[in-house]
Formats: sequence, structure tokens, C-alpha cells
Amino acid sequence: MLHIPCPYCGPRDETEFHYGSEAHVAYPENSSNLTDEEWAKFVFIRSNPKGWMAERWVHSAGCRRWFNVWRNTINHEFGPSYKPFTQQPKSPA
Amino acid sequence: MSTVNFTFDGKQYSGEKGESLASALLRNGVVYFTDSSYKDRPRGVMGLWVEETNALVNVDSGAGEPLKPATTIELVEGLVVRSAQGVGDLPDTRDNSRYDKANRHVDVLVVGAGTSGLEAAKKFSDQGKSVIVMDDKPAAGGHLTYLGQPVPAELLAVLDRANVTYLPRTTVQGMYDQGYSVATERRTDHLDSNVHTEMSRIRTWHVRADHTVLATGAFQRHLVFANNDRPGIMLSHAAATYVSNGANPFNTAVVVTVDNQGYRDAIRLHKAGVKVAAVVDIRKKVSKATKKSSRKAIEALGIRLIKGATVVDTSANLVGILSSVTIGQAKSDLRETITADLLAISGGWTPVVHLATFIGIKPTWSEKRAAFVVKHHSQFVSTTGMLAGDFGDDDEPAVFFGPKLTAEQGLVAFVDYQRDATYRDFKRAIDAGMRSIEHVKRYTAIGTAHDQGKTSGTVTMGLIGQAIGKAPDEIGSLTFRPPYISIPFAALAGRDRGLLSDPERTTPIHSWHVASGAPMEDVGQWKRPWYFPKSGETMHAAVLRECAAVREGVGVMDASTLGKIDIQGKDAGQFLDMIYTNMFSTLKVGMSRYGLMCGIDGMVFDDGVTTRISENHWLMTTTTGGAAKVLDWLEEWLQTEWPHLEVYCTSVTEQISTVAIVGPKSRELMKRLAPSLDVSNESFAFMENKHADVAGVPARVARISFSGELAYEINVPAIYGLHIWESVMSQGADLNITPYGTETMHVLRAEKGFVIVGQETDGTQTPDDLDMNWIVSKKKDDFIGKRSFSRADTAREGRHQLVGILADDGSYVIPEGAYIVAGADANTPPPVKHIGYITSSYDSAALGRSFALALVANGLARKGEKIAIPMADRVVTGVITDSVFVDKENTRRDG
Ligand SMILES: [Zn+2]
Repeated sequence: MLHIPCPYCGPRDETEFHYGSEAHVAYPENSSNLTDEEWAKFVFIRSNPKGWMAERWVHSAGCRRWFNVWRNTINHEFGPSYKPFTQQPKSPA
Repeated sequence: MSTVNFTFDGKQYSGEKGESLASALLRNGVVYFTDSSYKDRPRGVMGLWVEETNALVNVDSGAGEPLKPATTIELVEGLVVRSAQGVGDLPDTRDNSRYDKANRHVDVLVVGAGTSGLEAAKKFSDQGKSVIVMDDKPAAGGHLTYLGQPVPAELLAVLDRANVTYLPRTTVQGMYDQGYSVATERRTDHLDSNVHTEMSRIRTWHVRADHTVLATGAFQRHLVFANNDRPGIMLSHAAATYVSNGANPFNTAVVVTVDNQGYRDAIRLHKAGVKVAAVVDIRKKVSKATKKSSRKAIEALGIRLIKGATVVDTSANLVGILSSVTIGQAKSDLRETITADLLAISGGWTPVVHLATFIGIKPTWSEKRAAFVVKHHSQFVSTTGMLAGDFGDDDEPAVFFGPKLTAEQGLVAFVDYQRDATYRDFKRAIDAGMRSIEHVKRYTAIGTAHDQGKTSGTVTMGLIGQAIGKAPDEIGSLTFRPPYISIPFAALAGRDRGLLSDPERTTPIHSWHVASGAPMEDVGQWKRPWYFPKSGETMHAAVLRECAAVREGVGVMDASTLGKIDIQGKDAGQFLDMIYTNMFSTLKVGMSRYGLMCGIDGMVFDDGVTTRISENHWLMTTTTGGAAKVLDWLEEWLQTEWPHLEVYCTSVTEQISTVAIVGPKSRELMKRLAPSLDVSNESFAFMENKHADVAGVPARVARISFSGELAYEINVPAIYGLHIWESVMSQGADLNITPYGTETMHVLRAEKGFVIVGQETDGTQTPDDLDMNWIVSKKKDDFIGKRSFSRADTAREGRHQLVGILADDGSYVIPEGAYIVAGADANTPPPVKHIGYITSSYDSAALGRSFALALVANGLARKGEKIAIPMADRVVTGVITDSVFVDKENTRRDG
């Protein structure tokens, strides 16, 4: 079970959280102007790196807040977590 | 030491309290333990601890437990066991023992209380860290306890320190991410053979440690030669330990060894009174140090040394117990047979790498140690002791797993004793081209028995390496999975059994439902009444009766489980316009509107009715199962995309109780319940909300219908839920008020073609697919999912669309999930074309026949087309229809 650092509450067990996929994939402003390809890229394509990745999680059974956190997809190690719309900390890599 | 009595295979024995059952049996002269599971080969005890492959028992006394290694059972008065021939045997009585769980957060978890583990505990304790030491043995000290040597007092004292918790008999079963470990502590089995209902028998520990030290030690392994499995053949460390403790049924021993451990064990055997006929060392040449120490030591005792040779075969007496050992040299045909009733094998050490591999750390092969070791130091985990390759004495092991075998010898040379897997089985896997340990394991079943290959794993990898000329770690890597040893399910469940196995959610009206005798349906964690049978009534009859009552009179349903989210803020309308496919910002205060939510992929993901309570105050309802998911979804958009919107969401599912009265007579009943309320259609229209006193309590009444009938939903603070229900039942008595459950609700909504998200949908349906184009706003610039509707795949022809299906035989209810094929009947030969499947299917009182909803490719354009549904015993024919079966014109909802 992962131990996830909520930037509001501190580290808590994974069972309190829900996963929200890759962070920093913004909803496009003028979706109607996008080509099918551009839109599909937003809907379906994620970077899926081997290694450090910035992810979105929500502390559902805690403060109910969404936040971003660095996680290493190889060994599940967590890096710094940070609130939305704040400066992204550097990748721990 | 006190003497206790125990029963093995129906025979009474006595032994020393606390010694292992294996030791006690040897003390009583029981060398031949049982037969092997597949080939009925006589077998005896092989090992000392959980690595045991042969001596498994079913415990009948106390709580009872199947397939426990006799080496791990501490002897108590009244113990009753039966030898298990590799097959477990669950007690058929209920286990009344208590089991519990504990959680612990510590700075450091040390796994193993051998010398290395104790040293690690001391180091971290000295630094002021909180330390928990978990050790699966009854006493700390590891190998020293087996050797009968004192554990240094300053190390044992560490376990008494204030910042150190020591848990003996505690097996770390699994290690997971970020220092999370799960362990089981055996707390009563060693005390006596009673069932303990006060103190927990096993406690399951959930530990979160900033750092975990693995000091898990090592097991000895065997060698693969012909007839290497007879009673009297043991691992040398085990044999020497048993006989040193006085459990000695043996007279004459041969020791075969690849390292210096065999010498040490030969000396222990000799000192315990066993005549050691020979030490057979497969190494011809050894270092000066070994010559001076090990070899000199056995010479001094007059023990014969045979160098550069190994055991090639053994013989047994008439019973099957070892009687002699045949020794040979690799490069000659010379053979010598020595009479012996004990053959002690020192095949090298196998460090316990299991926990490390659980968290993805790969063991590496150490040529010097002839073993897989784990040298690891990271923030979370470090290894020490034998696991890390620190074997103390310079053992100088040779990399050797057994002599060359003829085909005939291979038939009786065992690689995995528990699976009765032989060298020949192994060789067949190699000859079939398998090279990876994972393939060989699956082909031969080696390593898949109760012991999970604790001793056979490394042997197999070594043999593969020998066979194809590679180092063992080039074959693949050993991967194990939790649990480390078998655990009763009861230990994992703890107290969460029966009613406590899963949290139950119940509405304020639940007690009434239970008292009425309604069977419950699980909807997520909610308990909802399924139907309300009269005495002797079948479910089918009850549901038809309930449906008819609603369509002709008045029914009542507890709708309190619907998810409810209170939404407030000046931008809530704008926000809902983005969340729902239809328009909400224009909704008038006091009105409700049904809405559909889609994901960004345009697929329907939840639905429900949302009400505008006041200008900036809304109440959203969600599906019963989708409430938590929808709240997360709303918050995600608010917090990560549109933080500038002033909108606040709060779950109020548990705060509001909803009682729906439904049917043509509901207006009359509503009037009685709320005399002050004008219930006429003119002043209280469909989708309107009114605040009124209902049965004397403040309520919000909504004209919402999920059945197509005239209906009123009475929403009150949860505390009044039961009061409203009881008032409805008493005031409606002369109207034949009929309570109905989830099944009738499903039938009624299906008759109207109303979808249930999760039943008609599976995450791949757009609103168009559900024939709900009417709910998709053409005016809004954007909403979540909109752009995806014009994607090529979403907009294509031929998508599965919601339709109705009527079987030609109206008495037949088609099973949900059944496949629909086109242009076929009972006489059409296969293959036939699959065009869709049934999503909902019921018998209908209103229609007087069965009906179904289905998703069918291009279904909306196929209404009237004949279809067939192949079942196991028949082919059902039918026709595609519209999805609305009752009141297509919506005339009934106004009463
Ligand atoms: Zn939090």
C-alpha cells in the first residue's frame, strides 16, 4: 500500500486516496477548434514515462482536495507533492 | 523442561514442552514420517523450520489448521496431529478462536532477531529511533539458538529497551511499497492446545516503517542424486541440531558437503554420540585455512574424510528407511557403499530473499557464496547478515547441485520433494527448450507446493545453469509472492467477520424494511429492500403485485440511498452547465431537471435530477453507487481547472431521507399528508418543488418520477425519514398503499425505457447511443464530453444503440447479458452474426408479458427487425422494438 504525501494533511495510506492520472494536462480552451487528432491527444494520450511522473491524486477520505505529486513509476517512490496552481517542484530525478 | 503428551497419527507420544513436533517425533524414534503426495515415497523430516518439505501435518486440536510443517509446531500438552500426505484437511467445525489486527508506525522495522538483526536493532535504538523487531522463531538469537550457544547478553538486552518492541513468533508475510509490511504473530498455539476466545490466537500486524532492515538469514539446501529422499536423509544443520538436543534416533551417519558447514555439523553429530562413518566433501582442493581448521578438526576426532567425491545413490531397508549410502567420484567408476541410517546433506546456504523480492529487489548470484544474496541499501530498505552474503565463517562452498545422473537415476533424484518433481522432470523441461526459471517452474511444478520452493528454488536455477552452461543468475531471477508462509484466512479477517466483514449503509427507514421481512439487495455498501413479499409469496408474484399497485393505485419506495450533493455559490449554474450535457443555468428556482453527465470521452458516466433550491443553491442527486465518484469528479474540475468559479460541494446523502409515493392515487395521499399543500396539477406541476409541512415536519416535496406515474418525492431531514414512511403507510392504508423495493423500481423504469447507468451503460455509450439526443444541449458552447461526440468513432454509423426486445414467446424472460444475433432462427447453421446484447429483462404486469432492453448495433434503425437469441437449450426468437413500452406519450405522470 502506497504512502502518499498529501500537501494538506501529510503522508497517509493509499486507501484514503483516489488516483487522477497525469498532472498538468489542462482542459483545452477552445475544444471546438481542435482537430480530431488534437482532441484525441488530450483525451487519450498520456506520457506514461518509466521513472518520475507528476500525477494528480485526491484525498477523498481526508481533506477531499486534489493535488499533484511526483511519483516514480518504477519503484513507487514518492517525490514532493504540491498544491494545484503552485510552482511545480523539480523532478527528483 | 516439562514433559507433555501428544498424539501423532492416533498414537500417543511424549516429548518436551516447547520443542518442535519434528524434534519430538525423532526423539520417539519416528524417522519414517509419511509418504510423499504423488509417488508414495517414504519420507522423513528434512529441515529445521519453515523450509521443511516433507513433514507436514494437519492439526486437529485447538483451532485446527491444515498443512503445518511439523518443524514449526511447538509441542504442547494435548496436541493432536495427523501426517498430511501433502494434502491439507480443513477442520469441519467452526473455528471459535479470536483473531485481531494491530497497526504500528515505527522508525525502523527489523525482520529477524538473529545476531545481525539484533545488531541492527541496537544501532538504530542507540540513535534514538523507535524500533520493532519481528522474528518468526520462539526465541531471539537465530543460528546461535540452534547451535546451543549463548546469545551475547548485550544484544539480547536491546530487546528490553524502551524504544524497542520485540515480537517473537511473528512472521513478516509481505512487504509492500514505502515501508509497509504485514506480519502475523502466533500468540496462543505455544501455550496449550485450547481454543482461545479471550486472547487472540493470531494477530495480524500492519507496520509502516521509515526504514526496514532485512536480517532474514538463510536455509540450507539439498543435493540432487538418486534416492535422495529417504527417511534418514536430512539437511546437516537440521540433523546436527536435533541430535544435539537429544532427539537422536540415529546410529551411523554419512555427511556429504559442498562447504565447511558439513564439517561443523559432522563434529556436532559426533559429539552427540552419532558415529560419523565419513565426511564426503565434493571439493578435492580447499584453502590452507580450511585444511587447518575444518579438515584438521574432523581428523582429530578420527572421522574419515573422502575428498572429491559425492553421494551417487542410497539404499533402504525393508521399511523404506535409509540403510546405506553409495559414494562415487565424478571421474571414475569406483563406488563404495557405507552402511548408515543418517545421511546429512550440506548443499550450501540459501539466504531468505523472499521479502526483498516482494518489493522488486533482485537477488544477485554470489559465486563465492554459491548463493543468491541481496546487498541493498536505500532510504527504505537495507539488508544485513547472511541475506547480504555475510556468512561469518569462510565456508568456501563449491557451486554444486548434484552429480551427473543417468536417465534411470533421474527418475528417483528429487529436485522438489513436495511436488515429487525429479531430475527427469526437470530434464524434460530443458530438453523441451525451456531456459527461464519461470518456464521450468510452470512446466515441472517445481517450487509451487506449500513451501513455495524455499529449498528447491536455488537448486533448480543451479541445475538449469549446469545444464546449459550459464551462471544461475543468467537464468532469470527468483521472484516470490506474499504470503511468506501459509496463513489462515481467519487471521487476515481478524474481527471483520460476519456482519463486520464489510461496512453496511442503511437508511433511517431500514428497521421498518427489516421488520417487514423484505429481503435486502446490496447496492454498493447500501442495504436496500429488494421486494416486500406477503407471506408465502414468491419474488416473481410479489414484484408483479407491487408493479400493478404502482400503475393502478399507489406505492411507496425508500429512495434515501440516492447520492445527494449540496452545491452552493454564485457560479454553480455556470458550473453545472459544464458538468451536464443539458442546460441548468436557466432553470427556475424551485424546479428540478434530469441531467446526464459524460466523461471527456463523451461517454455517459452518471445521471440524476438536480434541483435549484434558491438562486445560488442547488441539490444534485446521483446514482446510489456513483455518489462518491461524482463528488470527486466535481471537485477535480473545481480545484484543478476552474478554481475561479465560486462553487462549494458537500455530500448530504446521509442527511436527507427521501420517500417516494408513486401512482395515480399518490395525489390523494399527498393531500392527506400535507393538507396545506395545493397538490393540483395546475399549482404543483411536474418537476416542481414545494416546501410544506408533511405529517407535521418540514419537507421539500418534488414532483419527480422514475416510473412514468404521478409521483411525489418527500425529502426530509434524515431523522424524520422513518416518521414520514410510517405516516405514509398509515394515511395510505385505505388506498392499499404498497411498499415496493428495488426490483419493482427496476421493472417500472425499464417499462418506460429509462436507463440505469451501469446496467444499460458500461462506459462506452454516448447519450445518442441511449437514444437520449434530446438531453444534449445544442446551445451551449461547451460542456464536458461535447467535443468527443464529433469524433469519428463516436459519430460513426453502426454503434450499439438502446432498443427494446420482445421475445415471440411472451412468457419467456430472456436472461440479462444474452447475445443477440441477426437474421437467424433455430435452423440457421453457425456462424451467425452477433449484433448486441440484453441489458435489462423482466416480466411486466402492465404488458402482461416479458420485455427487455438491449444494446444493438445500429438498433434505432432496425426496429421491427426479427432477431434470435441462442441459449444453451433453445433458440429464442423475437423482434426489435422501441425502448419505451408503457405510456409513450407521458400522459400518466400528471395523474
Ligand atoms: Zn489531505
